This record gives sequence, C-alpha cells and structure tokens, in this order.
Amino acid sequence: MSVTIEQAVDDTTTRMNMIQAINSAMDVTMARDPAIVVMGEDVGYFGGVFRATAGLQKKYGKTRVFDTPITECGIIGVAVGMGAYGLRPVPEIQFADYIYPALDQLVSEAARLRYRSGGEFTAPLTVRSPFGGGIFGGQTHSQSPEGIFTHVSGVKTVIPSTPYDAKGLLIAAIEDNDPVIFFEPKRIYNGPFNGHWDRPAENWSKHPGGEVPTGYYKIPLGKANVVRAGEAVTMLAYGTMVHVCAQVVADTGVDAEIVDLRTLVPLDIETIEASVKKTGRCMIVHEATRTSGFGAELAALVQERCFYHLEAPVERVTGFDTPYPHSLEWAYFPGPVRIGQALKKILKD
Amino acid sequence: MPPLSLHVPEPKFRPGDAVDFADVPIPPAGAARRPDTADAARDFTDLAYTMVRVLDEHDQAVGAWNPRLSPDTLRRMLRHMATVRAFDERMFRAQRQGKTSFYMKSLGEEAVAVAAAHALDAEDMCFPSYRQQGLLIARGCPMVDMMNQIYSNTGDKLQGKQLPIMYSEKRFGFFSISGNLTTQYPQAVGWAMASASKGDTRIAATWCGEGSTAEGDFHSALTFATVYRAPVIFNVVNNQWAISSFSGFAGAEATTFAARAVGYGIAGLRVDGNDALAVYAATAWAAERARTNAGPTLIEHFTYRTEGHSTSDDPTQYRSAGEPTAWPLGDPIRRLKDHLVAIGEWDEARQADMDREVAEEVKAAQKEAEKNGVLGHGLRQPLDSLFDGVFEEMPWHLREQRQMMIDEETASGRPWDRK
Repeated sequence: MSVTIEQAVDDTTTRMNMIQAINSAMDVTMARDPAIVVMGEDVGYFGGVFRATAGLQKKYGKTRVFDTPITECGIIGVAVGMGAYGLRPVPEIQFADYIYPALDQLVSEAARLRYRSGGEFTAPLTVRSPFGGGIFGGQTHSQSPEGIFTHVSGVKTVIPSTPYDAKGLLIAAIEDNDPVIFFEPKRIYNGPFNGHWDRPAENWSKHPGGEVPTGYYKIPLGKANVVRAGEAVTMLAYGTMVHVCAQVVADTGVDAEIVDLRTLVPLDIETIEASVKKTGRCMIVHEATRTSGFGAELAALVQERCFYHLEAPVERVTGFDTPYPHSLEWAYFPGPVRIGQALKKILKD
Repeated sequence: MPPLSLHVPEPKFRPGDAVDFADVPIPPAGAARRPDTADAARDFTDLAYTMVRVLDEHDQAVGAWNPRLSPDTLRRMLRHMATVRAFDERMFRAQRQGKTSFYMKSLGEEAVAVAAAHALDAEDMCFPSYRQQGLLIARGCPMVDMMNQIYSNTGDKLQGKQLPIMYSEKRFGFFSISGNLTTQYPQAVGWAMASASKGDTRIAATWCGEGSTAEGDFHSALTFATVYRAPVIFNVVNNQWAISSFSGFAGAEATTFAARAVGYGIAGLRVDGNDALAVYAATAWAAERARTNAGPTLIEHFTYRTEGHSTSDDPTQYRSAGEPTAWPLGDPIRRLKDHLVAIGEWDEARQADMDREVAEEVKAAQKEAEKNGVLGHGLRQPLDSLFDGVFEEMPWHLREQRQMMIDEETASGRPWDRK
C-alpha cells in the first residue's frame, strides 16, 4: 500500500479496525487542539451507536464531547455557529440517510460562509457520517448521498477505504479550514468487504490497511491512492467498492489499475488522468445510484481529458436508480458479478 | 355532524378596505410586571400574552420596566434611529435611480434594532436577519462601508459577491447575513454555547421575522437553547407581514410568538416594538438572564412593517394603504422624540437640526461611497475574484474555470466590461 505519512510523531503502530482508527483520529486531534468539539446523537456518554466516539467524553469532558437533541438541522446549524466563534466542531450525523434535514445548513450556510463573508467567517466543520450499504440496512440505513455534496461548491467530500486511511484522512479533515463531509463506509468498519456476501466475513487483522500508527499523522486531502498498479484498465472507486474491485481483479486475473479516490472534492485529477492515459480504459464503480451520481462527473472528466487515449467507452458500475431495497440487497449491490461482466465488456473492444 | 371545513387565514383588510385596529389589544404602559431574571421559564405565560410597554400616552416613561436611561443615551438612540431612517430613504432612492439592484427598508422598525444594540455589550455577537441595519448604525459601522456593499463597488469588502444589504461585519459583532431564512437562529445558539463552554462572558442575540418562525430551524434553535441553557436572546420581529402573507400564516391567529417560548422552557416576553425604552429594557433584562447562566429569552417585538417588503415589492397589491398610518403603536422615532420633549430634554428646533445633520451625514457618506462606483457603471471587482474564497486554497478545477472565464472575457471583444 503506497501511502504518505505526514508528520508522524512516532512510528508505533497497532492493529485497528476502522471504528478504532476513527476514534483514535478524534482522540489524537482533540488532545492537540482544545478548539475541537465532538457532538451528535448518542455520541457522548454512550460513545456512539457504532462506538466511534467511545471514551472521548470521559477523557475530554462534557463540554467537548456531548449528546445532542435529535435534530440534524440543529446539529449542523449549531456547529456553524460554534465555528464562527472559533471552535472546530466535528458533528456526527448518525446515518448519511439522515443528513437531509441538515442540507440547508450545509449547502446554504457552511459551504458558502467563507465566500459570502469575504473570508470574515468560516465553517471549519468535519461532518462525520456512516454511509453505504451491504448491511441489510434497507432504504434508510444504506444510502450513498456523496453526489449531492460533490455538487455543492464550498464543501470537500472524503471517503476512506481502510482504517489507516480513515485516521489519516479524518485528522486532515478536522484540521482543514473548509467544511468537510466525511463519509464512513459502515460495511467495512469491522473488516474489508470483497462483495462475496456468501463467504465468511473478514476483519482488518490481516489487511495492510489495518496497521495504524497510534499517534498523529495526516493523509492529505485531494490525493488518490493507487492500490494496485496495472496496465489493462483503470478502475476508479472509493470506500467499500475499492475492496470489491480488488477481489474481482484477483478472481479474474485482469491486470487492472485500481485507484482509490479517497477525496472526491477536490479530486486528484492528475492520478486519474495518468492512469487512464496509460491503460486506455476506464471503469467507474460506486454504490450510489447511477443517474447524476459522482460517476457521471468522473466519466465526463475522463472523456474530456483522455479522449484520444480511450480504447473503449467509459464504463459505470453503480447501484440502480431505485431506493435501496432490503430483501433484494445483493441484487442491488454492485458486486463481483456486475463488475466482472463490465470488465469483460470494457476489455472486449 | 356537519362536514369538515378547512380554515385558511385571511387578513382583516385588503386593498381598498377602511382600516380599524381597535380590536388589537394594546395593554397600558407600565402594566406588565417585571420578573426576576432568574425566574423559571414556566412562570412567563402571562408576560408572553401581554405587552411590555414603557412610554405612555402622555409620553412619560412608566412602570417597572422603565430602564431609567440618561437623556444623553436617549438622544443617542434617537439620533441612531433617525440615521437608519435617513439611510434607508437614501438607499431606497439609489435603487430607484439604478445605482443598485435591491434594497430593504426597516421603516417603523428602527427601535427594534437600535435599542437592542444600546442594551447589548459591544462584544456580544449579533446574528441578524436582513432588517436589522440599525444594529450596524448603532454600533458605529461607517455608513460608507455599508453603502459600498450595497453598490458592490471597489470598496465592498464582500467583493460584490453578495446581494445588497447582506452585510458581514465581524468588527461590529454582526454575523454574515444569509438569504436563507432563520438559518442564523441555530447558529446563534451554537455561538452562545461555544462562549459558555469556554467560560467567556459574551452572549449572542439573533433576529428573525414572525413569518420565519415557521421554519424548522426556529424549532431546532429553541430546542438546543433550552437543552444547553445557552446564553442567547431570540428576537422575533412581528411586523405583521411576511412579504404578502399576514402573520396569521405563521400562526398568529391562535397565539402570540412570545408564547412559543413557554413550551420550550424559555422565558418569553412580548414587547411594544415601537417603544424604544421597552425594547431596551427587555433586551437588557434578557442579557442579564443570559449572562448569569439563567438561560435564553425570546422577545417578540410587536411592530408594523410600514413599507413594502423590499424594492421589489408593492404592498398596495395585498394590503390596505391605510394600515401604516392607523397602526395603534405609532412611530418609534416620533414616540421617543415626544418623550424627550416631554421631559424637557429636547425640542422641535433641536429635532430639526438633528434631522438636517443626519441627512447631511448620509448624503456625504453616499458621495464618498459613489467614488468607489455604483452597480450600474460596469465591473467594479477584479474579475478573477469571482473564484476567491470558495475554499481556503483554490483547487485545480476552480483554477481551470477561472482561466476559462479569463479566456472568455478576452474573446468577448469587450473584455472586463460585463455589467
């Protein structure tokens, strides 16, 4: 795994799952910066429904880690005001499916505050939210709404795929002075998911991305990670789908280059462009619904920038344009079969 | 049983109707009790349904809420209110002359902002809506700076990015105004919570209109404020109209806006918004309550929007032209002036001098601001500033788009001259 460690204070590492890595990121940054506050539904005493904030209230006190009323627009609106005072809030939205009541505060306020005030006020928020499917979450515990936020000027959107990345990216997000939407793929909180739902679940103990520095380090926003170098086709993915793509590549033996985008806005266009110009083929994989999803933006960028290098149409493998179903989850989820067929198609031309 | 019927509120008077406000209950000045600032919120029901009034029909300051301000303070408040009115008139005319695209007056509501500004500390943070320009005037913001923003000219520190009157004045504790209604309410609560969590002494105050209390953010803000006992003052400026919708569409037929506070466990006061002394007294009371960790207060300012909603609005299309003059609480500037005269601290000649001076100050500021250009006279901002401030650092895609725009301008044949 080729990743950059910035400003590592010591080189001690330990095995962590993604929850522990996210918890560690908040712990490490809160210890360094008293302006950081963590807030959200059930994040305080209880430590979060996914345990991401476990122990933080006890360590940092109730004025820095606290439970909130169940009002997403209030959570983000209050965080914007705290940011205007000079704090650095890290609000949690319990599921990305429930971020919509906060859209006005995110889109109209947090995203535009710096621009509209000539830089007088800023919104240095990091909105953490579990997202994505593959857990039988049904319609309102499975959505991938990243495309809504990548469409908004003024916010950054970050999605990690390993515990190592989750910690380094979250620290970078918290320290960034712009509002960041930090989507955590909950399907891979406990282990990498390769899309084979009928096989035993894995945990992070054997994956290189589960080895995480215990101290402070950052992974810069806006930098993709080439998780597998290859020559035949470029696969652009993020979050859970990085692992599904890797498994399909291992299963099929196709010499694909897998690019984990990590940050959707700002996008690492250089890495994408270099990869597609090398391979001549580009496949985009995401769980989110297809129409106007982030894949459409990626496809357009690749077409604009790599047109004369393309040997086949850009392929998109996505969730279907339906609400996320419960019982038909594995028919909906863009798994190994759908990706494998798309690989065959793109390599045929 | 008769069939169900849907009640759709209807204002009492429409264009052409004779206006009679006799049934608007106006309690006598001095009648409302003044509770202790530490009292429990559940004990405010009576105050949420009456009206705190200080100035009586003989222009005297009476009752427990009389803030006993010095004549100098009263004269300063009067001058600030007169300045707001003169500023509004001048800028309204500037819009009609095509010097700017848009303006919103606060005619008749000057006391709500000016008296509150006098009652707050300069360091307290204000989260206003678009009709509290009186906060800026009273806090000493140079009128030239305000006009530069209205003109989107070279002196506009918002770089022409914002619609006129959407000021941002951090120097004067005036938060960036948003076009999205009531979003500033939870933001004010967050600021107040931050201040409290840091052991600061500063409090926050926020304003919205009665129409905007219907927004979900109003509810979330009051819930957060009561849960964390945030040191914040909520002001609801009930000027009876939300563009063309009368206050009945925000629920005023059934209850008062101050009464909403009681259900949240927040102290609620209903105040004569055209009585500068009542506004001052209620704000000072709420500030003390907030500063002593006794919790938030909601103040409903009962007033009347004398003008149209904005330069884009014609109120004669939906309400009777007789309403502004028939409004039973009169004019806030005239009432404060009459009080000063009644106590022997002012006279008509001094009033006329002040009005003249204020008009000259506004005129001079306008002259100064127009040296930096007006909206109708071509581009006033560096073209590429359009891309500044979206993010702290400009990402590649914005740099590319900036170059596209520069190329487009160069190719236009009239570069840098788009209006």
